[in-house]
Amino acid sequence: MTQPGQLAELRYFGLTVRQWTILGAIVGMVLLLVMPFLLRNYRVFQINLAMVYAIAILGLNMLTGYNGQISLGHGAFYAIGGYTAAILMHRYGVPYWATLPVAGFVCLVAGFLFGLPALRLQGHYLALATFALALATPQILKYKHFEEFTGGVQGIVLDKPEPPIEFSFLGQALSQDRWLYFFTLLVAAIMFLLAWNILRGRIGRAMIAIRDQPIAAAAMGVNLAMVKSLTFGVSAMYTGVAGALGAIVVAFVAPDSFNIFLSITILVGAVVGGLASIPAAIFGAIFIQYVPNIADQISKSAPWAVYGVFLIGLMYLMPTGVMGLLRLVGARLRKYAD
Amino acid sequence: MEAFLHQVFSGLATGGIYASMALALVMIYQSTHHINFSQGEMATFCTFIAWALIETGFPYWVAFFATVAIGLVGGMAIQRIFLRPVENAPILTNVIVFIGLLVIFNSTAGWIFDHTIKAFPSPFPRGTFFDTQYFSSHEIGSIMVTLLVLVALYAFFRFTPLGLAMRAAAQNPVSSRLVGIRVSWMLALGWGLAAAIGAIAGMMVAPIVYLDPNMMAGILLYGFAGALLGGIDNPWGAVFGGFVVGVLENVLGAYVIGTELKLTVALVLIVGVLTLKPTGLFGKVVVTRV
Repeated sequence: MTQPGQLAELRYFGLTVRQWTILGAIVGMVLLLVMPFLLRNYRVFQINLAMVYAIAILGLNMLTGYNGQISLGHGAFYAIGGYTAAILMHRYGVPYWATLPVAGFVCLVAGFLFGLPALRLQGHYLALATFALALATPQILKYKHFEEFTGGVQGIVLDKPEPPIEFSFLGQALSQDRWLYFFTLLVAAIMFLLAWNILRGRIGRAMIAIRDQPIAAAAMGVNLAMVKSLTFGVSAMYTGVAGALGAIVVAFVAPDSFNIFLSITILVGAVVGGLASIPAAIFGAIFIQYVPNIADQISKSAPWAVYGVFLIGLMYLMPTGVMGLLRLVGARLRKYAD
Repeated sequence: MEAFLHQVFSGLATGGIYASMALALVMIYQSTHHINFSQGEMATFCTFIAWALIETGFPYWVAFFATVAIGLVGGMAIQRIFLRPVENAPILTNVIVFIGLLVIFNSTAGWIFDHTIKAFPSPFPRGTFFDTQYFSSHEIGSIMVTLLVLVALYAFFRFTPLGLAMRAAAQNPVSSRLVGIRVSWMLALGWGLAAAIGAIAGMMVAPIVYLDPNMMAGILLYGFAGALLGGIDNPWGAVFGGFVVGVLENVLGAYVIGTELKLTVALVLIVGVLTLKPTGLFGKVVVTRV
């Protein structure tokens, strides 16, 4: 066995593990910063959406993966976030970046309030209540007395934000999509860092304890009701921020894009990436952004059939998702190296 | 007053369909304590099969019973193939498998039968002697079919050895296994029956709402609401709940909130029942020991 101390001494190609990690991080950072200038606008737009999904999936993962509360209705919070941002920008002329905290706060409150009755619901019943929420969302958004704000069936068309500075790099101008790429990347980085801080600390441990042994957790002094509804709120906040970002990136919101299948998409992302893991959200987001594009070439219905097969197949073969597979491969490799 | 009565009666007609869906949900819940989220899509898929059979020239009732049989066998096959491996898995796994089934059925229905909206024939055409000023003949026909299904199910569970075995398997799996009942197959049969009831509900509602892959989404929600209102472990309660939800939906839709927020009524009803009286009107209060 390699001891941690020994590991630091080991050199591969003249560099220690730590030096390799730092080098990898620097290369990764440079790649992330240069990438949008190497790709066409449309590709950049797709990556933006993938990052938005990653934030939403992270939100669901906090709730379902870490806290064990099943939600089939996170599309509703995504919709609330998206509409909050769109209405603020369209009606009140609020700058796009300022809508994110508002959308996050609105969803935090909405999630907390939905989480309160959800406290009484376990397992299937919670899934059912959130399923109903997801099914009813488009209808509520279309409701004619809200039409003045929501734009009814037509939705709201927004302008993509202009980049604050003008410059070119590698012969490519900083377009709207490229600017949004950096904006989304920054927001995603902040959200992931925040999640990491929440989940590895006291609250994170309380969340996991509630998932695994609610009675023991309560006996240890964890305030079950508070932690569960707060988790619901924070999870909704993440998805709401993602929804607001999504509205800015796509520059359009309409009721029918927030149907039950959006909620299922987010769930697919969380399951494929792997539950109860933070980086898993990135893999999940890549999956739900790119797999439908590939499957779309077979048939219009194919993406969903593929989703379904993946959902069921993963449950049988790899319940821990992509992250679980990576961990397994990592463990095998380490064993092999010893 | 006449208009109001008409609303109530047509509410009863759709309520019968919700009652069938609620009954199908209860059938699966009673034996496995799982809520089948794919119930609606399974019913839609069966209805598409019926539609295809009628299109190829089979008479309505032949297609009807063939579809019910296909539903029965298909439901059992689904339980055997997809759900048996996760029988003892955590709830989350089961919910995800149900959602997987939901999207597979939804997308294959769209893939095979196209996404265009189709008209589905009613076995109870207009202008027969059934037609009254309160009821259309399809409405009264679908209520009759619902009641027939109920009576048949009651007779099956009450008077046949197989029905008794199924009840035993749902109530006490371990003891049932010891007296020689094949519990796992009883679960499969429960799934088959639920799928068959769903198919009937689908064929009864399709002439009203037209046939497309997302036809049952809303109806499933009402089915849930009905089942919860009546008590999800009580078949009679679920049927009662289904009828109540149907009438409530129609009357509220006509006089109070308008037709646009009908699904929201179901949402409020579900969340309300779950938080205020989780056992429903006629459900058993379950006490868990910790």
